[in-house]
Amino acid sequence: MTDDQPAPPADLPTHVDLAQDFADSGVAEVLADLDRELVGLAPVKARIRETAALLLVDRARRRLGLATETPTLHMSFTGNPGTGKTTVALKMAALLHRLGYVRKGHLVTVTRDDLVGQYIGHTAPKTKEVLKKAMGGVLFIDEAYYLYRAENERDYGQEAIEILLQVMENNRDDLVVILAGYADRMDRFFASNPGFRSRIAHHIEFPDYSDGELLHISEGMLSRQNYTLDDAARAAMAQYIAARRGQPHFANARSIRNALDRARLRQANRLFGEAKGPLDAAALSTLTEPDIRASRVFAGGLDVDRASRQAAAE
Amino acid sequence: MKMTQGQFSFLPDLSDDDIRVQAQYAIDKGWAVSVEHTDDPHPRNTYWEMWGHPMFDNPDAAAVVFEVNECRKLYGGQYIRVIAFDASPGWESIRMAMIVNRPAVEPGFRLVRQEGEGRSVRYTIESYAMREPEGARYP
Ligand SMILES: Nc1ncnc2c1ncn2[C@@H]1O[C@H](COP(=O)(O)OP(=O)(O)OP(=O)(O)O)[C@@H](O)[C@H]1O
Ligand SMILES: [Mg+2]
Repeated sequence: MTDDQPAPPADLPTHVDLAQDFADSGVAEVLADLDRELVGLAPVKARIRETAALLLVDRARRRLGLATETPTLHMSFTGNPGTGKTTVALKMAALLHRLGYVRKGHLVTVTRDDLVGQYIGHTAPKTKEVLKKAMGGVLFIDEAYYLYRAENERDYGQEAIEILLQVMENNRDDLVVILAGYADRMDRFFASNPGFRSRIAHHIEFPDYSDGELLHISEGMLSRQNYTLDDAARAAMAQYIAARRGQPHFANARSIRNALDRARLRQANRLFGEAKGPLDAAALSTLTEPDIRASRVFAGGLDVDRASRQAAAE
Repeated sequence: MKMTQGQFSFLPDLSDDDIRVQAQYAIDKGWAVSVEHTDDPHPRNTYWEMWGHPMFDNPDAAAVVFEVNECRKLYGGQYIRVIAFDASPGWESIRMAMIVNRPAVEPGFRLVRQEGEGRSVRYTIESYAMREPEGARYP
């Protein structure tokens, strides 16, 4: 790095204008996008603002010759499925790019299978390929704890971990790594892999969405596709959310997205079945109560359904 | 004797950052960048050993510098070069080539005179290093 540089050159600025830096960097737009596109997530948004401020100040300090090292930017995102981790990672990549901490700003999303090989000698090239692809941007490792299998010390995941740790340390200027997964399993992963813990500077937790937030999210998803819920459908959706939460495989906003996809399917079917004459735009874009109510969630959920079908078959 | 081949070889050796900037130029042009090494410095030795595959899908040239450094770990005592191949029709050829690593000592080339029929003489050059077998040419 630049530690061994002689005295700072005389042309270093003596002042910085943080407000001007902020405006020039384009960070404000990314933060505004984040606020607009993502419902709720107040603690996450606050942490991202703090991180942006920290990086802006760090950049200013380096410009004045007060700091030389690239700060550690590797992060962990913990939270349940469908809480927006991948979506926020995209925004984070854009933010780091605007601030000049990564040169390209792309996001490469991988899981264990992309990094770990099937036989001896397969893992290192695989991991390195992924790392090279992510250089200049952000590497997002979903469910990172699958890299580590405590019960098998010869697991090839260990090799991937070692290469990752090395590159996270030696190539800090070249890429930022975000590890994501469920909070409890990530905690255990960090406990058994202190190397990762010490290389990660920012831990961001993603809370589950409240019922109200999920309803708000569903309306946002629909309006982006030019659909709306009528009043009865909105009430049904609110009940749907409350019921769905208690059933297995609940995945926050992703469950909502899937539910809405199915509701649109039912609406299309209904329109086909009912329509006698020409349909206007309102009819084509309104989801009604039956489109929501027909869901199996109201009958106790997928599993109940499957169980009763099994019982009938026996 | 400092061997000069390809681009920039009359300049001081390229730093990693210099390599990155040049390789980024090639990537931005859509050329495939690869790393190669050899311990046979003869100018007519065009086919060097490939270090891994050519890189097609790495948007950032830090990936190239990464591979150069990986190659240095094993072949730091040899010549290493970075080349950029342009696959577009009509070119299908190398657009850039630069030496990014060289042996600590380069003994240079000797001139060989071979006496032919009559008073004719054929001239050729041979690297002093080539008197040693492969792998033992640069200490
Ligand atoms: N706050 C939000 N506002 C609007 N849409 C959201 C919000 N959070 C998530 N979504 C949407 O929900 C879906 C799932 O989000 P995302 O993939 O980011 O979750 P995740 O935490 O990465 O899930 P997983 O851990 O299962 O990969 C996406 O379609 C995303 O657009
Ligand atoms: Mg995800």
